[in-house]
Amino acid sequence: MLETRVYQKENTTRFGKLLGDSIRDILSSRFLAKQLAIRDIKSQYRQSYFGLLWIFVAPLGTALVWIFLNNSGTVNVTDTGMPYPVYVFSGTLLWSIITESINSPMSSTNGARSIISKINFPKEALIISGIYKLMFNSSVKVILLIVLLFSFGIGFNWSFLLFPLALLGAVLFGTTVGLFLTPIGMLYSDIGRFISLGLQFLMYATPVVYAIPKEGVVKTLMEYNPISPLILTARDLAIGAIPDHLSYYFLVIGLCIPLSLIGLVFYRISIPIIVERLSA
Amino acid sequence: MEEKEVLLKVEGLSKKFCKDLKTSLWYGVKDLFSGLGKNKGERLLRPKEFWAVQDINFELRRGECLGLIGHNGAGKSTLLKILNGLINPDSGKITISGRVGALIELGAGFNPILTGRENIYNNGAVLGFTKKEIDDKVEEIIDFSEIREFIDMPVQNYSSGMKVRLGFAVAAQMEPDVLIIDEVLAVGDLGFVLKCFKQIDTILPNTAIVFVSHSMPMVSRICTQIILLEKGEVAYQGDDVAKAIDKYYTRFANNENDVIFDDKTITKLEVSVVQPRSLVDDIPQLEWGDDLKFRVKCNFNTKIETPQFTINIFDKEQRPIAVLTRNSKEDDLIVTDNLLEFTVTHKELQLSKGMYSVNITATEMNTNTTFIRVNGILSFQITHKDEVWQPFLLKADFKNI
Repeated sequence: MLETRVYQKENTTRFGKLLGDSIRDILSSRFLAKQLAIRDIKSQYRQSYFGLLWIFVAPLGTALVWIFLNNSGTVNVTDTGMPYPVYVFSGTLLWSIITESINSPMSSTNGARSIISKINFPKEALIISGIYKLMFNSSVKVILLIVLLFSFGIGFNWSFLLFPLALLGAVLFGTTVGLFLTPIGMLYSDIGRFISLGLQFLMYATPVVYAIPKEGVVKTLMEYNPISPLILTARDLAIGAIPDHLSYYFLVIGLCIPLSLIGLVFYRISIPIIVERLSA
Repeated sequence: MEEKEVLLKVEGLSKKFCKDLKTSLWYGVKDLFSGLGKNKGERLLRPKEFWAVQDINFELRRGECLGLIGHNGAGKSTLLKILNGLINPDSGKITISGRVGALIELGAGFNPILTGRENIYNNGAVLGFTKKEIDDKVEEIIDFSEIREFIDMPVQNYSSGMKVRLGFAVAAQMEPDVLIIDEVLAVGDLGFVLKCFKQIDTILPNTAIVFVSHSMPMVSRICTQIILLEKGEVAYQGDDVAKAIDKYYTRFANNENDVIFDDKTITKLEVSVVQPRSLVDDIPQLEWGDDLKFRVKCNFNTKIETPQFTINIFDKEQRPIAVLTRNSKEDDLIVTDNLLEFTVTHKELQLSKGMYSVNITATEMNTNTTFIRVNGILSFQITHKDEVWQPFLLKADFKNI
């Protein structure tokens, strides 16, 4: 019996069915997702001498600026409970992973513009290939983090084994946000600009380069900011401290799981509408 | 004969587009949110929208090939995109059974920096092959593309023809139930195009094909039914391929003539067909086997000797197919009062059915200096019950011996 597809305007399928289709497509397109990720990673580094170095140049740069500001006394950062370079490095590394994962669905989809308007393939593969690329970049960054942990005498803690899980949480959060922004962002380039602008400000409302202050409006902002627990928990796991924002962390992750599924369905429904506007 | 199963069924299909980008994007946002609901309401045209494709109905069975023809912008590619599930219709319904393959763009997913071999995997993955399938077929693909020598070279250094070869070689490994072909094969050289068609011939019996092309010889070669689109609507639909192609060509009947060269010696040049059977859209109609008789009228601004006239006949694709013998001094054409009028006849014309256009050149009899040259001064149409692709349908007698 041949598989039968129906294309029509009316949206007769229920949410559950759509989600099922979406997940089935994710599973069936594993090879495609992997192939796209390999393609992009390979082509990115084949034209470069420094190659992988570029992955952590940006977070490293930000960190160095802050270390300089702190050491020279230009900016006085409150005690972070660990060597400041480790705090800043881990913060900017995690922050770069989160911003990349927010941008990932949109950049993957945008990069595939020419194929999505001509070939019918499971578009979910684009999202998954984006996640693969994130994981690749993140693992390079994690290696740098390990080097730092040892050179600042923090060494290895068993809790570090949970660190990759915390990273996955960060990627999940970012991808979920990205999934909701992608459809409109594909139509209007303003969205992409708003995101990069907003993230620049948001970094200072997140414990990336300095700790949560004892009081004041920044304290409140930082404590409500859903990215804060992601960064704090991951950092605590890395240095072997006891994570003290766990309940908010699990709340954020717990919300991200259903939201990411809704995001997937939204993405699935919106692709034909986007393709129509792109090729019109 | 038992009819094979219907693989593709299209009912009342319509699609609208927007002419203005900003408005289009805004409608896109609206559609995003209405797309979340059931989307039951009937779609009407909003301001600045038009129907790109309207009310298309057809059924296609295994082994059949539907040709979609029409001028640029008639809605062919839009229809293909809907059939391929890339965009949703605004009304109507499509039911497709089985694996769908699309040759809309060859070499999708190619990355210019990577080598041909790596890109076989990229392209194959996009087309839905598994890694194992590609591993098994990669040698076959390279052989088919005939570019083994360059397979480990970055694709950015390939010529466009080579990219198309590689892209088709990968796509040819698909075993679709429904195959959608847009004009993708036009880039390759003749040898490759022929190879592609051979490949298509081999899968045709097991496949339902939708084929878009501007090349009527190809259409007539593989299609069993035709839809002629015009401004998104069906202008002809049926299995009389010859009739459809004929209708397609009449859309391009060009009554404009181009004066290519004129040294002003001839002030007026008129050519007409003498006693055509009828006129359709001002185009004289002749039946196959009729005498072709032109009447030529020529005014000069000075007293000159009779020029020599060369009359060329071109087919609808602007291929020169015949030339009439030229007049000589012995024909005794005489210019009186700066006016020359004569007829020129070819008996029992055996040109095959179709549209033809006429070019005329007038030159000085002795020196061959051109006075005037006009392309497309006249069109005429030959009618006959048989549709043949060769320009001539030559009368033949068959006898037992």
